[in-house]
Amino acid sequence: MAQDMTKPRNIGDVLLNVENISIAFGGVKALDGVSFDVREHEILAIIGPNGAGKSSMLNCINGFYHPQDGIITFKGTPRQRMQTHEAAAQGIARTFQNIALFKGMSTLDNIMTGRNLKMKKNLLWQALYFGPALTEELEHRAKVEEIIDFLEIEAIRKTPVGKLPYGLQKRVELGRALAAEPDLLLLDEPMAGMNHEEKEDMCRYILDVNDEFGATIVLIEHDMSVVMDISDRVVVLDYGRKIAAGTPDEVRANQDVIDAYLGVSHD
Amino acid sequence: MFYRESGQFKTSYQKDQQVFPIAQDRIFIALLLVVAFAVVPFVADEYWLQAVIIPFLIFSLAAVGLNLLTGYAGQVSLGTGAFMAVGAYATYKITTAFPEINIVIVFLMSGMVAAGVGIVFGLPSLRIKGFYLAVATLAAQFFILWLFNKVGWFFNDSPSGTITAPPRTLFGIMISGPEATAEVRYFVSLTFLVVFTVIAKNIVRGRIGRSWMAIRDMDIAAEIIGIQPLKTKLMAFAISSFYCGLAGALSVFAWLGGAETEAFSIAISFQVLFMIIIGGLGSIMGSIMGAAFITLVPIFLTNMPAMFGIPMATDLSKHIEEIVFGGLIVFLLIVEPHGFARLWQIGKEKLRQWPFPY
Ligand SMILES: Nc1ncnc2c1ncn2[C@@H]1O[C@H](COP(=O)(O)OP(=O)(O)OP(=O)(O)O)[C@@H](O)[C@H]1O
Ligand SMILES: [Mg+2]
Repeated sequence: MAQDMTKPRNIGDVLLNVENISIAFGGVKALDGVSFDVREHEILAIIGPNGAGKSSMLNCINGFYHPQDGIITFKGTPRQRMQTHEAAAQGIARTFQNIALFKGMSTLDNIMTGRNLKMKKNLLWQALYFGPALTEELEHRAKVEEIIDFLEIEAIRKTPVGKLPYGLQKRVELGRALAAEPDLLLLDEPMAGMNHEEKEDMCRYILDVNDEFGATIVLIEHDMSVVMDISDRVVVLDYGRKIAAGTPDEVRANQDVIDAYLGVSHD
Repeated sequence: MFYRESGQFKTSYQKDQQVFPIAQDRIFIALLLVVAFAVVPFVADEYWLQAVIIPFLIFSLAAVGLNLLTGYAGQVSLGTGAFMAVGAYATYKITTAFPEINIVIVFLMSGMVAAGVGIVFGLPSLRIKGFYLAVATLAAQFFILWLFNKVGWFFNDSPSGTITAPPRTLFGIMISGPEATAEVRYFVSLTFLVVFTVIAKNIVRGRIGRSWMAIRDMDIAAEIIGIQPLKTKLMAFAISSFYCGLAGALSVFAWLGGAETEAFSIAISFQVLFMIIIGGLGSIMGSIMGAAFITLVPIFLTNMPAMFGIPMATDLSKHIEEIVFGGLIVFLLIVEPHGFARLWQIGKEKLRQWPFPY
């Protein structure tokens, strides 16, 4: 599962830049002046101890939290505040730490909702389910079937996702995010709670998504071996601050990071 | 043995996306339609059509409408009666003001009016959910009926305070008013139900239906994949109210012949809600099965003592009917909380395996 190091990675320009982001909940500073950027086609990992502010960072990037300070620039356009649903339209998709699937709907329907924004036919055509509306539905169904093949979940196509085991749910959630064909994919602990084999599968999917679909990926992960294997760069957060950033090897050697993980007291 | 999809392979996504992918189901539905259109009106007498079948059709339409909102989009509403009233009163106002407009067009226009009112009373749904939303729709229920009672303009200042269906024709046939026959009114109600059930089914299996269910199951995740909560919820309120409005218009023009606001009271709202709970939330077929249960069972219970030749005072039999009916509902919900739609599915599952369950 180790990435082929000899293969050239065509990392592009800056896709996302977060500048001095701060957000506090009551007295808790979840993020405190964090800055970093993400380049096209790279896999960037955000790591840090529990409560470091990793999920909060993703929530700021996709407009779910509104940072009290700082600017986020996506595809060259700076923004301070936006509606949550606008992020999707701009090409940002994500998965959640605690799976957020539509439990009453089938795998197929869950992934189809990922393509909602790309479907344009109006109510009248939909009511007839005929002509353009049917063509559109079938086109998108074909795309979704590609994703289903890719993630090897053909057998559970029609199963309500609430009935699926945890590992498969995580996979369906990835499928739903992929269906939107995002430019930036945010994955919040995609491998949490999985066994070794499932983790390897998930790693392979993530690398393939990056490779074949060309998506830029920001992921949060606790398993260090996974992080070291698949990411191009790593950002380390601790108590809401960025304490290190760099290649996996640089980060691993960084004394602050070692201290944070060993729980050296903060004073 | 005979109810199988074996040998019926889906060769395209289009085939796979059919409403009834199994051939036997399609045959069953086709038969049902043939019976409904070609047999029922000729065997059922005036009493049956007027007292049982027409109300069943009209309530089915309202139940399908409410199920779109509550079962699919997850927004609880107790305003069904009021939205039906809007449809009925709008039809009355429009057709008395412009008698030359075809009554079917007037029905559809009245549905639109109800949709507009539904949007207004759906606005709180952006902020509040569940029970609280139900209470907010209750406000719609009371306010709208109060308005229709108090302001004479709505019932053309008729001294009785009621609205009555004037005679109106379609293709030269009297379809509303005192001279319209029960058969004709049955055909009108049935046609509306069939057409709008198909439309409902189409909507829920496409993009709009999926965004409703997404909002229902997890609104935050829905928003993050780009579904706009307000727009989606208001669309559900609009379409649902359109259906209820249409059902309300039909109840006056194709069934009762005349009504006052009492005909659309809170009791009606609850009745339609029971229909979709018993039938199955999030199921179009279930809505119709629920409507059948709620409208037909009481009639069956009322006639039961007479059928068995047991003499009984009417008020006593009425009380017994209510007790038995209530008990049945509770029993059903304990046995299968997901309603008839789920029972139906389980039944089909069993039938598919029969006679070799393993
Ligand atoms: N919506 C919120 N309301 C209140 N406090 C919050 C909220 N979101 C995050 N926090 C707080 O901000 C801090 C950072 O939380 P966050 O979820 O970002 O951490 P994390 O790095 O993702 O942790 P974990 O590894 O446990 O997932 C925590 O102290 C958390 O309690
Ligand atoms: Mg987290």
